Amino acid sequence: MSALLEVTGITKRYPGVVANDNISLTVNAGEVVALLGENGAGKSTLLKAVFGLIKPDSGEIKISGTPIVFGDTAGVISRGVGMVHQHFQLVPVMSVAENIILGDEPRRGIFINKKAAHDEILALSKRYGLEVDPEAIIEDLPVGMQQRVEILKALRKDVKLLILDEPTAVLTPQEIDELLGVIRNLANSGVGIVLITHKLHEVMAVADRVVVLRGGKLVGATSPKETDEAGLAQMMVGRSVVLQVNRTEAKRGAVVLEVKGLQVRDDRKILSVKGVDLSLHKGEILGVAGVEGNGQREFVEAICGMRHREAGEVLINGVATKDMHPHAVHKAGISHIPEDREKHGLVANYSIADNLVLNQFDQAPFAKGWVRNLAEVAKSAISTVEKFDIRTPSAFNTASSLSGGNKQKVVVARELSEDLPVLIAAQPTRGVDVGSIEFIHNQLISARDKGAAVLLVSAELDEILSLSDRIAVMSDGKIVAIVESKDADRNYIGRLMAGLKE
Amino acid sequence: MKTFSKRNGYFLSAILATAFFYFNGSDVTTSVYATGTVFALPLALAAMVGIMCERTGIVNIGIEGTMLLSAFVAFFVSSLTQNIIIGLIAAIFTGSMMGLILAVMAVSWRMDQIIAGTIINILATGLTSFLYVQGRTIPGVFQSFEIPVLSKIPFFGPVLFIHGALTFLGIAIILALYVAIYHTTWGLRSRAVGEHPSSADTAGVSVVRLRYINVTIAGAVGALAGAYLSLELVGSFERGFTAGKGFTALALMIFGRWNPLGALAAAMFFGLAQAYANQLMIDQIVNIPSQFTAVLPYIMTIVVLTISAGKVRAPAAEGQPYEKGQA
Repeated sequence: MSALLEVTGITKRYPGVVANDNISLTVNAGEVVALLGENGAGKSTLLKAVFGLIKPDSGEIKISGTPIVFGDTAGVISRGVGMVHQHFQLVPVMSVAENIILGDEPRRGIFINKKAAHDEILALSKRYGLEVDPEAIIEDLPVGMQQRVEILKALRKDVKLLILDEPTAVLTPQEIDELLGVIRNLANSGVGIVLITHKLHEVMAVADRVVVLRGGKLVGATSPKETDEAGLAQMMVGRSVVLQVNRTEAKRGAVVLEVKGLQVRDDRKILSVKGVDLSLHKGEILGVAGVEGNGQREFVEAICGMRHREAGEVLINGVATKDMHPHAVHKAGISHIPEDREKHGLVANYSIADNLVLNQFDQAPFAKGWVRNLAEVAKSAISTVEKFDIRTPSAFNTASSLSGGNKQKVVVARELSEDLPVLIAAQPTRGVDVGSIEFIHNQLISARDKGAAVLLVSAELDEILSLSDRIAVMSDGKIVAIVESKDADRNYIGRLMAGLKE
Repeated sequence: MKTFSKRNGYFLSAILATAFFYFNGSDVTTSVYATGTVFALPLALAAMVGIMCERTGIVNIGIEGTMLLSAFVAFFVSSLTQNIIIGLIAAIFTGSMMGLILAVMAVSWRMDQIIAGTIINILATGLTSFLYVQGRTIPGVFQSFEIPVLSKIPFFGPVLFIHGALTFLGIAIILALYVAIYHTTWGLRSRAVGEHPSSADTAGVSVVRLRYINVTIAGAVGALAGAYLSLELVGSFERGFTAGKGFTALALMIFGRWNPLGALAAAMFFGLAQAYANQLMIDQIVNIPSQFTAVLPYIMTIVVLTISAGKVRAPAAEGQPYEKGQA
């Protein structure tokens, strides 16, 4: 019997890069294969080729022994392949039902049979134990629920092969556990699964086999039984990666940033930061731990002047900063690595070089009076790309052409370029591979050692624990505890995050 | 129970206003509404062109040019062959070709769509000016006829059911488009392509093919709007014949929230304003220069658009070229 998926010698070139270089891979029914690799290693490219979204330059892809036609997505879907994409492929203004049936709609004559669609989705949702409301509009749903719709969409056609491209990047820990359970159940029922993720413990938990890509080439295969997380990280990056951050004791100085009685409303106008007091010292990293959606985003945005402060103030070196004025706040001494790099961190259609100077393009040496000094911008960009190991054919490609981890490196490089007294890093390693995580972590530590006051907000408790000198736990819009990291106990913090009292 | 929406408010005030006018002078009001329908139809049809294109994410500002060249071809071919049916067919072919040209530029070449539309407009203006000859005539126009029984209904009969063939065809197209957009596979896929093309792509719907089909068919609808002007409403052709109707249609499309019935209502409003302006001139109720009354519909459109602006939401992927696999 032939394998469920057989990829032979796939090569795909883009201008300046070989995204996939002669890759071969098989997946059998009932197994979970994890595809690992750094950002830009070619994982998504490979799976898009399998799903018929891009046409490889050479090679062959067979499903159950029969070759697919490159670029024929509809054909691939009809052969029982489903894919959950890294960026949700849902139409925000349409209903759950409309999104799921899109492309293969139940009909009555030329009309869509809305009743049949509704019933089919209820049955589907019941069958896989993934509850959804078929008539809900996608943009009104929380991210976890949208993910569920994506999965149902992929499962609809009795899938034999399910491809998941970083499905857990935006989920909460509970939602991740739930998803891993679904994946395991599907595999047990005979579905072959390809999973891309950056979270090595997920790989260890759910995968039967692991395949590693680096720089577009397949560099190895292993299984969770034969290796551990450090071993996987080493295969991905090609050198040994220190998963545990080395850092010295903080030399804590005077208070730089002071937040007093801050109250902020979220997009729905509900009070989500309910009176926060916080002091950040020179030379320390203060980690803000918490389950996402407990006011962290609004907290950071209010400090940075991007969201109206309902009450309270933010002082830098004792001087109050202006509300709703990001530029003034930045001038006052705060650099900000935003949570949403696509929306607030980068101008997608600008070059990497221009993105690297967004914070000081109007100052020397990047400008003389009103005129930009493009030679200086280029020179600095080339050296930054080199220093931060940003993987791109050149510093003048658009930011949108970069993979997620490399985009993040651009943002980090820019925000660290000024050596401002305060650095606010919100989810700085989200969706970033282990090699880049290590690099970004070291950058944060070195900023601290140079005397910056660093406020680190992260949903990853491990990240908080390994980097922070002090840890503040945020729950329901309030700081419920601040502990020295040497006294921090994982379980205790976890309980506080969940909103439990002592 | 459904809350009293803004849309219901417009609807109710329209009915009340019509009733008010009707009881103050039924004959005049009926004739003004009948004329208003005639004025509204080409605008409404032109707005359908915009809706079909923009729902799939293609901005079409070449509607004016499509109408102009089609109106010319309709007239010219009718005159050459002395047969208005052949003229109509030639116009529809011309419009489809112009749609196809726009699709090639906007979809395949991923050109800036405003520039692509401008090319269509310049092409049409240039060709019609160059090829236009004075003194040609056509054997006649699509004559008005009455639909039995229905045309006897007071008010609605004369307003809706005594028209030429192209008017009836146009109304049928508008109604069909409304049903198609919200209730058929084609409509669902078109909207998905216009809102979030990569979702459609990953669901196995060809973005490129659907955009080609819609923009080309839209061109044919634009041709019908143009042919209506030269073969039914006026029966002749002049340089600059369409007088900005293709651009007005875009405003009506936005006013109608990219919904065929909404755009039809907006076009009716505009057509009625024009009909009333004409009536004012005929009655000499107000003694002002005719230029001012001619401007009235446009001013009313600006005022209404401004007041009703609110939160308008265009298809999200409008104007953005799509490359397969960029998801």
